[in-house]
Amino acid sequence: MSDVIIRAENLGKKYTIGHQAENGRYVALRDVVMQNVRTLWHTTRDIMRGKPIIQGDTLEEIWALKDVNFEIRRGEAVGIIGRNGAGKSTLLKILSRITEPSAGRVTIKGRVASLLEVGTGFHPELSGRENIYLNGAILGMTRSEIKRKFDEIVAFAEVEKFLDTPVKRYSSGMYVRLAFAVAAHLEPEILVVDEVLAVGDAAFRKKCLGKMQSVASKGRTVLFVSHNMAAIMALCPNSLLVDAGQIVATGRSQNVVQTYIDGFDRLSSGKSIRDRKDRSGDGSIRVIGLRFGTLANLEGGSWATGADSFVDIEYECVEKMLYRNLEIALGIKHLDQTPLLYLGTKVTNQDIESVTDKGTSRCVLPLLPLEPGRYSLSAELKQNGIIVDHIEAASFVDVVEGDFYGTGVIWPYGGFLCNYSWSHYGKNIA
Amino acid sequence: MMSTQSLSLPEPVTPISEQILILEPGRTDKHYWMDLWRYRELFLILAWRDVSVRYKQTIIGVLWAILRPFLTMVVFTVIFGRVAKLPSEGNAPYALMVFAAMLPWTLFSSSLSEASNSLVANTNLISKVYFPRMIVPSATVVTALVDFLISLVILVGLMTAYRYAPSWQILLLPLFTLLALLTSLGPSLWITALNVKYRDFRYIIPFVVQFGLYVSPVGFSSSVIPDQWRLLYSLNPMVGVIDGFRWCILGGESPIYWTGFALSLIVVVFFLWLGISQFRKMEKNFADLI
Repeated sequence: MSDVIIRAENLGKKYTIGHQAENGRYVALRDVVMQNVRTLWHTTRDIMRGKPIIQGDTLEEIWALKDVNFEIRRGEAVGIIGRNGAGKSTLLKILSRITEPSAGRVTIKGRVASLLEVGTGFHPELSGRENIYLNGAILGMTRSEIKRKFDEIVAFAEVEKFLDTPVKRYSSGMYVRLAFAVAAHLEPEILVVDEVLAVGDAAFRKKCLGKMQSVASKGRTVLFVSHNMAAIMALCPNSLLVDAGQIVATGRSQNVVQTYIDGFDRLSSGKSIRDRKDRSGDGSIRVIGLRFGTLANLEGGSWATGADSFVDIEYECVEKMLYRNLEIALGIKHLDQTPLLYLGTKVTNQDIESVTDKGTSRCVLPLLPLEPGRYSLSAELKQNGIIVDHIEAASFVDVVEGDFYGTGVIWPYGGFLCNYSWSHYGKNIA
Repeated sequence: MMSTQSLSLPEPVTPISEQILILEPGRTDKHYWMDLWRYRELFLILAWRDVSVRYKQTIIGVLWAILRPFLTMVVFTVIFGRVAKLPSEGNAPYALMVFAAMLPWTLFSSSLSEASNSLVANTNLISKVYFPRMIVPSATVVTALVDFLISLVILVGLMTAYRYAPSWQILLLPLFTLLALLTSLGPSLWITALNVKYRDFRYIIPFVVQFGLYVSPVGFSSSVIPDQWRLLYSLNPMVGVIDGFRWCILGGESPIYWTGFALSLIVVVFFLWLGISQFRKMEKNFADLI
């Protein structure tokens, strides 16, 4: 049972985009006319052949995937992780034959079914029953196969009563449940799944996870893309980490996920705040750096939900003289600049008494109550109520997923978490 | 609430067809036509979807399929037959002659316009699932075919009204129906593929359909074309199809001009070849372009 079922060799996918070149290359009218005629001819030819017309004079090739090599054995469940835009989806699209690779080759033994979206091809005017058949056929099931599993699908989706209602009248929860139920009953040799488990309510998600687990344990090969590290670790013993179109790590999911989390910082730190021009204030003291981490991983560069996280702010006096009562104020905001949290020395009565040259201050957030995502940070220094330096969106900070409650259950909901507890009252409660 | 029953494990898979699939740039799929056959159920179900959705939320529903060709037929009969006083085929009533052409023309034009937009209309499928893409445009043709079958009712009505008995040629009608479908399939495969990248092509279709109605012998008999132009006129593949339909329906009253018919056939085959080969060439990049 350990033979290779998918083998990718030097796999690459290229997209071409165009840039406008500098003008003024054509001097003579004749050259210009000739050039245009030639372009027109080529364009017409390309249109008729259905080739993409690329606007611009210089072309740039972008490799969404490059030199990707891997092997997947029969019956393995493999997680694919990576940041947005790393090339995960391109990889899945190639494996599921939606798009053609530009280089290299993939050898696949067996039938691939891909689940890149729940409810692909659902038609709002058709009833639930009809959509089960439609969606099933689109995903590659035969009619008899669907017929055989029909009751199971309906029971799984819990929509018995609405089978003959057009799905446009369904609630979004029902719609998603039905869509997932069809997909969950696919039985190909290789199943490719892209981030589809993040749907529905709690019980349903658990059910989906259970279903996926049973699929994986049944000797079927599963490729599973997700941003939910907990799900990846629960489902897949091994993972691939994709970054900038290449596979940068493979192996046990635990290790690969850690590599992924560790590498998160390269985007946010490293940018020199010192050189930023978009700042206000009198400039006598300047913010020159922001660093993030958790107490467990000081150099991590990112925060983790539920972890003791910190931000270091570095500042520097332009003239080396004594400044008293320096106030620091950091603002954590959503990327759309909606304010979330204010971290100020004033409110906790922790102003810097005095500074003459440089300094670093650390703000620790125990049990970080933020949900995973990227946040924007503004930084401000004030002296005696007067702004000396202010930078909007001075840096980004990535919050990676973490187990806030220590229960292993991760539940993205809105934005914040806090500690709470439940008690239960009533007659039949033990 | 969780029921453990619904979590029951699926039966073990038996790898029936352990076929090895190799994906490489520019590789032409050896099993293309076999694959197309394997996906025949998807073809049927997409066709069924298009048919069953077609008249949802309409009041007179299926009547539209009858009304459109019927009204056009009435207008053409009045204008070409009464006002312009063009001759009919032999002794056949003018209305019947027009309708015998309306049938294939409506089939052709609606399947052309439906199929040409089909890929773009199914963007979500193209970008999320693999299947031989040719299924999409060819499944939409079925919708036009169903409309065609419904409008045959009018033909029966007209023939009864004019007491016009069909002769043995009518048995060949299915053949010419197939020909009409193939005539539309060629260009629509090409155009729907081009339409994926250049949405300009969707504006071309209504144009072609509008022009074609007057350029093809729908409102008049193709025998009114001067003899020396007749062969050239047959370059329009619909001339062959329409002549064939009239020959089937009107029987001996409308003899086929065989040289022209052969030429029309050649044009049909050429377009079919062009459509299929171009479609297959572009097919692999649909998901990137759409």
